[in-house]
Amino acid sequence: MSLADFVPFTPEIFLALAGFVVLIAGIPLGRRGARPAIVGAVAALALTAVLVLALGRPAAGPQQILGDMLVIDGLAVFFKLLVLAVSAAALLLSAGFIERSGYSSGEFSALVLFADLGMFVMASSANLATLYVGVELMALSVYILVGYFKLELKSNEGAVKYFVIGAASSAVLLYGISLVYGTTGSLDLETIRSSLAEVPHDNILLLVGIVLIAFAILFKVAAVPFHVWTPDAYEGAPTPVTAFISVAPKAAAFALFIRLFAGTFAGEVDSWGLVLWLACAATLVYGTLAAMTQDNVKRLLAYSSISHAGYTLMGVVAASDAGTWAVMVHMAVYALMNLGGFGVVILLESKGYADVRVDDFAGLARRHPGIAAAMLIFLLSLGGIPPTAGFMGKLYLWSALLGSGFVGLTVISVATSAASLYYYLRIVVQMYLREDGADAGAPVEPLRDRWAEAVIAGCALLTLAVGVWPAPLVSWAKTGLDALGLV
Amino acid sequence: MDTQYGWLLNLICYLPLAGALLMIFFVDKESSRAVKLTATVVAAADFVLSLPLWFLYRTDGAEFQFATEAQWIPSVGVQYLFGVDGFSILLILLTTLLGFISVYSSFTAITHREKEYYIFLLLLQTGMIGVFCALDFVLFYVFWEVMLVPMYFLIGVWGGPRKLYAAIKFFLYTLVGSVLMLVGILALYFFNAGGVAAIGLTGLGNEATFSIPHLYTIASQIPPELQLWVFLAFFVGFAIKVPMFPFHTWLPDAHVEAPTAGSVILAGVLLKMGTYGFVRFSLPLLPDATVRAVPWIGALSIIAIVYGALVAMAQKDMKKLVAYSSVSHMGFVMLGMFALNDPGLRGAILQMLNHGVSTGALFLLVGIVYERRHNRLIAEYGGIAKVMPLYATFFLIITMSSIGLPTLNGFIGEFTILIGAFHHSWVWALFAASGIVLGAGYMLWLYQRVFFGELANEKNKDLADLNRREQWTLIPLIVLAFWVGLYPKPFFDRMRPTVDNVMKRVAVALPEAGIAAPGEASSDAPDVADHGDEAHPEPGE
Repeated sequence: MSLADFVPFTPEIFLALAGFVVLIAGIPLGRRGARPAIVGAVAALALTAVLVLALGRPAAGPQQILGDMLVIDGLAVFFKLLVLAVSAAALLLSAGFIERSGYSSGEFSALVLFADLGMFVMASSANLATLYVGVELMALSVYILVGYFKLELKSNEGAVKYFVIGAASSAVLLYGISLVYGTTGSLDLETIRSSLAEVPHDNILLLVGIVLIAFAILFKVAAVPFHVWTPDAYEGAPTPVTAFISVAPKAAAFALFIRLFAGTFAGEVDSWGLVLWLACAATLVYGTLAAMTQDNVKRLLAYSSISHAGYTLMGVVAASDAGTWAVMVHMAVYALMNLGGFGVVILLESKGYADVRVDDFAGLARRHPGIAAAMLIFLLSLGGIPPTAGFMGKLYLWSALLGSGFVGLTVISVATSAASLYYYLRIVVQMYLREDGADAGAPVEPLRDRWAEAVIAGCALLTLAVGVWPAPLVSWAKTGLDALGLV
Repeated sequence: MDTQYGWLLNLICYLPLAGALLMIFFVDKESSRAVKLTATVVAAADFVLSLPLWFLYRTDGAEFQFATEAQWIPSVGVQYLFGVDGFSILLILLTTLLGFISVYSSFTAITHREKEYYIFLLLLQTGMIGVFCALDFVLFYVFWEVMLVPMYFLIGVWGGPRKLYAAIKFFLYTLVGSVLMLVGILALYFFNAGGVAAIGLTGLGNEATFSIPHLYTIASQIPPELQLWVFLAFFVGFAIKVPMFPFHTWLPDAHVEAPTAGSVILAGVLLKMGTYGFVRFSLPLLPDATVRAVPWIGALSIIAIVYGALVAMAQKDMKKLVAYSSVSHMGFVMLGMFALNDPGLRGAILQMLNHGVSTGALFLLVGIVYERRHNRLIAEYGGIAKVMPLYATFFLIITMSSIGLPTLNGFIGEFTILIGAFHHSWVWALFAASGIVLGAGYMLWLYQRVFFGELANEKNKDLADLNRREQWTLIPLIVLAFWVGLYPKPFFDRMRPTVDNVMKRVAVALPEAGIAAPGEASSDAPDVADHGDEAHPEPGE
């Protein structure tokens, strides 16, 4: 292995170094408030994006690097850039939040960068061992981020639940990996794929291994029945962290889904197809029903994000290139609307920690029409109403699902999609239809936070833009199909 | 497709959107005058711009004119296809006219959050026109759903006491229907392209597209099994919108709670989208399933006609009465359409316009007394012809139009539908005719109770008659009612190419006996026109 082999790995190396620099420089910088460290981290993310585009991109077709431990291809580039954009937006959202709370921002930003490094490895992994390392690096950073507000009881509670259940899921992942290794004799994804043809299809150990790996990733995307940590972790985490973990780790986990289940294990679809079908249907139905009864907005959005994991899973269940494509389109779309939605929650979080209720939105449209309009766009998009991006995501997912002949699941998801409007509209009702003074209690005054407002505005405009003109996004997502040898 | 003047159609569609954006950013919400002026000017300009469609449309030209063709999402074959035929032109003109009237009629009815109100009205108008222009299924679906949001707000913010319930019911009800329709659209899309091997659906292998004119050309190759499923998916979406019995329960709530202009738009245009969908998609694309559905839809329509009329008769609230009368009238439209013959379809299309005109006007009229008394109970009124003579006259004309008095529009539409229904089966015609009788019953009874008798209620003693603005909101509709009633030929001329095309496409599935085949229909129709003594164009010419 020569030094030149490390060139495509430069973005990851840079990200790791930047993480340490931010971590250490954050100590003196912390005295000047939260913003300098965050600006530094965002700049590092931007530079990483440049490096990904300049060096971390395959010249022609997927390219195995570093002794076949990692692969760089369109899929990896797509998810890496998505993760970078999400992290930058989440950091900008967190600046004011952290400043108001008095916690230091250096460690916070560094943890985001380390989590990104883990997700980079997940998105690029060509080997079950690197895959596991990536998952763990991401997960450990995220556990700490959830519990970052150490004096808040809810933050602690969320982190502990997330960590305990997360540790169990890591064990499940490892066990699954060991079973696959035991039956195929390799950890290399390409080797496993080719050797699967020789393993008898009724090899129970192999099937159990694959299904266990699927369980572990289902945990990461918060799918039913592995979702129990989600509402507590999402509610307890500092809201910018909620915005971050509801999008970025999910995107990275779906990258794994694509790499493993649309790639390596694609031939074994008979053994895992039904499992994912059931998980997908359960996630859709449960996420939608549970969201209907929530009064805490963070919990509502948590259940909404569970149901969106269900929608995205439909693309995996479809087990086709159209399905893979739809997963990528919908992840990008979901990032926009979910970040924006949590951004608005951050602005309203002036009453107490993690305590934004649905009726805190009352009369928002009259007092702050801009914020209310942005929230309206995010909610309609989450509900899949055109001309917002959310509709385009669902259009691709449904089209992929029907294209693979899953009529039953399509009908279920169509019903949950319509029903989901019920709880999204509850917030709209408060913002627009509630007259002031209908309920006692002072209205919640949104905080002034320029950076968060800028992120929200950007997300809202992009949500509309993608809804009206989706062609650039979908054709970019299509480049990710090269990982499966399709483009 | 004929792309001449394609820009005009885009302009008509997006002008209200531009007006809404203009209002959002540049009109001060405190200045009620500026808000009303901008909205009125935009709506009026849109109506004026839509007039050339009437004159420039060539009945001997291409099927779709004023077309725009562009790529939208090329990777999956979604195009930006705009275009209209005579049928959609009539509906677009109705939309722009009612759009202007609903803006103009709201000046005194809406007193709070005026700016938002007019913005939502204008956004709604873009959505509605877009639905009638879109010739790509995805584009159509986008506009179809876009409409829901402003209408939701119009009901939910400016509606009556139970507005929240009515708004969410309207939204969820129609949404459920439309997402199922999307599934049907995707099924057609896959059939045209590669098919779906997993469920045994073999595709034609054409280039993937959502283009409706293209899908027309493959309609005859769609297997009956698939047609049935797609028909059912479309049916739910359209039937909820129409609304057909038993999907009508959202309508009385939405109508009663909506502000006057909202009801006008809802009755005048939104309900037409359901029937538009049937004529534009279900009939020509799924002829086989259509023919199989005839008895079922006929039965549902007959139930709607009779049931709607009976329930209307029992209402104590004027607005609710008009709302249930819509159920009955739209049942008529559906019955005429699914008679699947030339007069039936022509009558259905004309009756769609008529219903927009007369029910729109009825809602305006009810809104006018409501604004004065804040009460719509019939029992509260009586004898108000004495204090509001002009109002009583206008109301009488519209009542006559609604119950189908000759020389007014309702007669032409209902009579043509009756002919079509009779051609299908005398049972249908019998029930339809009984619906007309019941319709006359509840409308005249309403008129009697409100306008005649003693002026018993003190509060009604000094009701003001119509002012100049209120008169002008009604006069265009009354002129239109007389025009259609006295000289419907221009309307029939413009819809003829559409009717011919639809009948031609349905014809492939029509059995030789029973329902009149198109060849027969055109030879029968002159007879039919002879029976009626008004100015039918000769369909065979």
